[in-house]
Amino acid sequence: MDVQRILSKLPYQEPFLFVDGISRVSDDDVEGHYTFKKESAFYQGHFKDYPVTPGVLLTECCAQIGLVCLGIHLLSQHLTEKMEVAMTSSEMEFLKPVFPGETIKVQAEKRYFRFQKLKCTVKMYDASGDMVCHGTLAGMIKTTGHD
Amino acid sequence: MKENEKYSQLKNIVAAYLPEDIKVDSITENSDFTGELNINSANLVDIVLDLEDAFDIRLENEDMDRMKTVGDALRIINAKLVE
Repeated sequence: MDVQRILSKLPYQEPFLFVDGISRVSDDDVEGHYTFKKESAFYQGHFKDYPVTPGVLLTECCAQIGLVCLGIHLLSQHLTEKMEVAMTSSEMEFLKPVFPGETIKVQAEKRYFRFQKLKCTVKMYDASGDMVCHGTLAGMIKTTGHD
Repeated sequence: MKENEKYSQLKNIVAAYLPEDIKVDSITENSDFTGELNINSANLVDIVLDLEDAFDIRLENEDMDRMKTVGDALRIINAKLVE
Protein backbone atom coordinates (compact mmCIF):
# COMPACT_ATOMS: atom_id res chain seq x y z
CA MET A 1 0.00 0.00 0.00
CA ASP A 2 1.44 3.35 -0.91
CA VAL A 3 1.75 6.32 1.38
CA GLN A 4 -0.94 8.36 -0.35
CA ARG A 5 -3.46 5.57 0.18
CA ILE A 6 -2.61 5.37 3.90
CA LEU A 7 -3.10 9.13 4.24
CA SER A 8 -6.42 8.97 2.41
CA LYS A 9 -7.64 6.27 4.81
CA LEU A 10 -6.87 8.25 7.97
CA PRO A 11 -10.09 8.70 9.97
CA TYR A 12 -9.24 12.31 10.90
CA GLN A 13 -9.78 15.74 9.43
CA GLU A 14 -9.09 19.34 10.39
CA PRO A 15 -8.85 20.55 13.09
CA PHE A 16 -7.72 17.20 14.47
CA LEU A 17 -5.45 15.82 11.77
CA PHE A 18 -1.84 15.69 12.97
CA VAL A 19 -0.12 13.98 10.04
CA ASP A 20 1.27 15.83 7.00
CA GLY A 21 3.19 13.00 5.40
CA ILE A 22 4.84 9.62 5.78
CA SER A 23 8.45 9.24 4.71
CA ARG A 24 8.79 5.51 5.36
CA VAL A 25 6.54 2.59 6.26
CA SER A 26 7.14 -1.14 6.63
CA ASP A 27 5.52 -4.01 8.54
CA ASP A 28 7.73 -3.13 11.51
CA ASP A 29 7.99 0.63 11.59
CA VAL A 30 6.83 3.98 10.27
CA GLU A 31 8.17 7.51 10.05
CA GLY A 32 6.01 10.56 9.51
CA HIS A 33 6.03 14.31 9.97
CA TYR A 34 3.77 17.18 10.90
CA THR A 35 4.02 20.97 11.18
CA PHE A 36 2.05 22.49 14.06
CA LYS A 37 0.17 25.41 12.60
CA LYS A 38 0.86 28.80 14.19
CA GLU A 39 -2.80 29.79 13.90
CA SER A 40 -4.21 26.74 15.74
CA ALA A 41 -6.83 27.84 18.27
CA PHE A 42 -5.37 25.89 21.20
CA TYR A 43 -2.31 28.15 21.29
CA GLN A 44 -4.55 30.98 22.50
CA GLY A 45 -5.16 29.06 25.72
CA HIS A 46 -2.05 26.91 26.16
CA PHE A 47 -0.62 28.93 27.71
CA LYS A 48 -1.87 32.49 28.21
CA ASP A 49 0.74 34.72 26.52
CA TYR A 50 3.10 31.76 26.05
CA PRO A 51 2.01 29.47 23.22
CA VAL A 52 3.45 25.95 23.44
CA THR A 53 2.05 22.73 21.96
CA PRO A 54 0.16 20.70 24.59
CA GLY A 55 1.73 17.33 25.47
CA VAL A 56 -1.57 15.59 24.76
CA LEU A 57 -1.33 16.81 21.17
CA LEU A 58 2.26 15.60 20.86
CA THR A 59 0.96 12.24 22.11
CA GLU A 60 -1.94 12.44 19.63
CA CYS A 61 0.48 13.19 16.79
CA CYS A 62 2.61 10.17 17.81
CA ALA A 63 -0.55 8.03 17.91
CA GLN A 64 -1.88 9.17 14.53
CA ILE A 65 1.47 8.40 12.87
CA GLY A 66 2.71 5.49 15.01
CA LEU A 67 -0.51 3.62 15.66
CA VAL A 68 -3.02 4.63 13.01
CA CYS A 69 -0.80 5.07 9.92
CA LEU A 70 1.13 1.90 10.78
CA GLY A 71 -2.13 0.12 11.62
CA ILE A 72 -3.65 1.04 8.24
CA HIS A 73 -0.53 -0.33 6.54
CA LEU A 74 -0.70 -3.57 8.55
CA LEU A 75 -4.41 -3.96 7.87
CA SER A 76 -4.08 -3.03 4.22
CA GLN A 77 -5.20 -6.41 2.87
CA HIS A 78 -8.34 -6.34 4.97
CA LEU A 79 -9.16 -2.68 4.73
CA THR A 80 -12.81 -1.85 4.24
CA GLU A 81 -14.47 1.53 4.12
CA LYS A 82 -15.13 1.61 7.83
CA MET A 83 -12.35 1.44 10.35
CA GLU A 84 -12.51 1.79 14.12
CA VAL A 85 -9.59 2.99 16.20
CA ALA A 86 -9.26 3.58 19.93
CA MET A 87 -6.18 4.42 21.94
CA THR A 88 -5.99 2.07 24.92
CA SER A 89 -2.83 3.11 26.74
CA SER A 90 -0.12 5.72 26.62
CA GLU A 91 3.04 6.19 28.59
CA MET A 92 4.99 9.20 27.44
CA GLU A 93 7.90 11.29 28.62
CA PHE A 94 8.42 14.83 27.37
CA LEU A 95 11.86 16.37 27.05
CA LYS A 96 11.52 19.58 25.07
CA PRO A 97 8.71 22.03 24.22
CA VAL A 98 7.34 22.31 20.67
CA PHE A 99 6.44 25.87 19.68
CA PRO A 100 3.89 27.08 17.12
CA GLY A 101 5.06 26.51 13.54
CA GLU A 102 7.59 23.80 14.39
CA THR A 103 7.92 20.72 12.19
CA ILE A 104 8.41 17.44 13.98
CA LYS A 105 9.21 13.89 12.90
CA VAL A 106 7.75 10.78 14.53
CA GLN A 107 9.39 7.36 14.38
CA ALA A 108 7.42 4.38 15.62
CA GLU A 109 8.43 0.78 15.97
CA LYS A 110 5.96 -2.08 16.30
CA ARG A 111 6.19 -4.14 19.49
CA TYR A 112 3.33 -6.39 18.43
CA PHE A 113 0.10 -6.43 16.48
CA ARG A 114 -2.17 -9.23 17.64
CA PHE A 115 -5.90 -9.65 18.18
CA GLN A 116 -6.43 -6.14 16.76
CA LYS A 117 -4.15 -4.56 19.34
CA LEU A 118 -1.18 -2.59 18.07
CA LYS A 119 1.51 -1.63 20.56
CA CYS A 120 4.41 0.62 19.52
CA THR A 121 7.33 2.51 20.93
CA VAL A 122 7.31 6.07 19.60
CA LYS A 123 9.89 8.85 19.40
CA MET A 124 9.37 12.45 18.30
CA TYR A 125 12.19 14.69 17.09
CA ASP A 126 12.23 18.41 16.31
CA ALA A 127 13.82 20.02 13.22
CA SER A 128 17.23 20.21 14.89
CA GLY A 129 17.10 16.46 15.55
CA ASP A 130 16.58 16.74 19.31
CA MET A 131 14.21 14.27 20.91
CA VAL A 132 10.98 15.98 21.99
CA CYS A 133 9.20 13.05 23.56
CA HIS A 134 9.18 9.27 23.58
CA GLY A 135 7.07 6.49 25.00
CA THR A 136 4.85 3.51 24.41
CA LEU A 137 1.38 3.69 22.90
CA ALA A 138 -1.23 1.01 22.26
CA GLY A 139 -4.57 0.96 20.54
CA MET A 140 -7.23 -1.31 19.14
CA ILE A 141 -7.60 -1.06 15.38
CA LYS A 142 -10.15 -2.95 13.37
CA THR A 143 -12.10 -2.81 10.20
CA THR A 144 -15.78 -3.44 10.55
CA GLY A 145 -17.12 -6.28 8.49
CA HIS A 146 -13.83 -8.16 8.68
CA ASP A 147 -12.04 -9.94 11.53
CA MET B 1 1.43 -29.43 35.52
CA LYS B 2 -1.30 -29.95 38.09
CA GLU B 3 -4.69 -28.36 37.62
CA ASN B 4 -4.38 -26.13 40.69
CA GLU B 5 -0.93 -24.96 39.59
CA LYS B 6 -2.33 -23.96 36.20
CA TYR B 7 -5.17 -22.12 37.86
CA SER B 8 -2.91 -20.20 40.23
CA GLN B 9 -0.59 -19.25 37.38
CA LEU B 10 -3.58 -18.02 35.36
CA LYS B 11 -4.86 -16.13 38.36
CA ASN B 12 -1.50 -14.42 38.88
CA ILE B 13 -1.42 -13.30 35.26
CA VAL B 14 -4.98 -11.94 35.42
CA ALA B 15 -4.25 -10.21 38.75
CA ALA B 16 -1.56 -8.08 37.10
CA TYR B 17 -4.19 -6.43 34.87
CA LEU B 18 -6.95 -5.81 37.42
CA PRO B 19 -8.04 -2.22 37.88
CA GLU B 20 -7.27 -0.86 41.36
CA ASP B 21 -10.85 -1.14 42.55
CA ILE B 22 -11.05 -4.89 41.89
CA LYS B 23 -9.56 -7.18 44.56
CA VAL B 24 -7.49 -10.24 43.61
CA ASP B 25 -9.75 -12.34 45.87
CA SER B 26 -12.69 -11.57 43.60
CA ILE B 27 -11.21 -13.70 40.78
CA THR B 28 -13.11 -16.98 40.46
CA GLU B 29 -13.52 -19.43 37.59
CA ASN B 30 -16.85 -17.81 36.80
CA SER B 31 -15.48 -14.27 36.68
CA ASP B 32 -16.25 -12.53 33.41
CA PHE B 33 -13.12 -10.66 32.28
CA THR B 34 -14.78 -7.57 30.89
CA GLY B 35 -18.12 -7.62 32.72
CA GLU B 36 -16.98 -8.39 36.27
CA LEU B 37 -13.23 -7.90 36.47
CA ASN B 38 -13.37 -4.64 34.47
CA ILE B 39 -10.53 -5.67 32.17
CA ASN B 40 -10.65 -3.85 28.82
CA SER B 41 -10.16 -5.55 25.47
CA ALA B 42 -6.60 -4.23 25.17
CA ASN B 43 -5.58 -5.71 28.51
CA LEU B 44 -7.32 -8.96 27.59
CA VAL B 45 -4.92 -9.17 24.63
CA ASP B 46 -1.99 -8.74 27.04
CA ILE B 47 -3.39 -11.49 29.28
CA VAL B 48 -3.53 -13.79 26.25
CA LEU B 49 0.06 -12.91 25.28
CA ASP B 50 1.21 -13.61 28.86
CA LEU B 51 -0.66 -16.95 28.86
CA GLU B 52 1.03 -17.88 25.58
CA ASP B 53 4.44 -17.24 27.13
CA ALA B 54 3.65 -18.92 30.45
CA PHE B 55 2.18 -22.10 28.95
CA ASP B 56 4.10 -22.12 25.65
CA ILE B 57 0.90 -22.17 23.59
CA ARG B 58 -0.56 -20.03 20.81
CA LEU B 59 -4.10 -18.73 20.77
CA GLU B 60 -6.08 -17.86 17.65
CA ASN B 61 -8.83 -15.32 17.03
CA GLU B 62 -11.57 -17.88 17.72
CA ASP B 63 -10.00 -18.72 21.10
CA MET B 64 -10.03 -15.03 21.93
CA ASP B 65 -13.72 -14.81 20.97
CA ARG B 66 -14.57 -17.75 23.25
CA MET B 67 -12.55 -16.50 26.21
CA LYS B 68 -15.21 -14.71 28.24
CA THR B 69 -14.46 -15.99 31.75
CA VAL B 70 -11.45 -17.18 33.77
CA GLY B 71 -12.82 -20.73 33.43
CA ASP B 72 -12.96 -20.35 29.63
CA ALA B 73 -9.29 -19.38 29.69
CA LEU B 74 -8.45 -22.47 31.74
CA ARG B 75 -10.34 -24.73 29.29
CA ILE B 76 -8.58 -23.11 26.32
CA ILE B 77 -5.16 -23.57 27.99
CA ASN B 78 -5.94 -27.25 28.66
CA ALA B 79 -7.14 -27.82 25.10
CA LYS B 80 -3.96 -26.21 23.70
CA LEU B 81 -1.68 -28.21 26.01
CA VAL B 82 -3.00 -31.54 24.70
CA GLU B 83 -2.75 -30.45 21.03
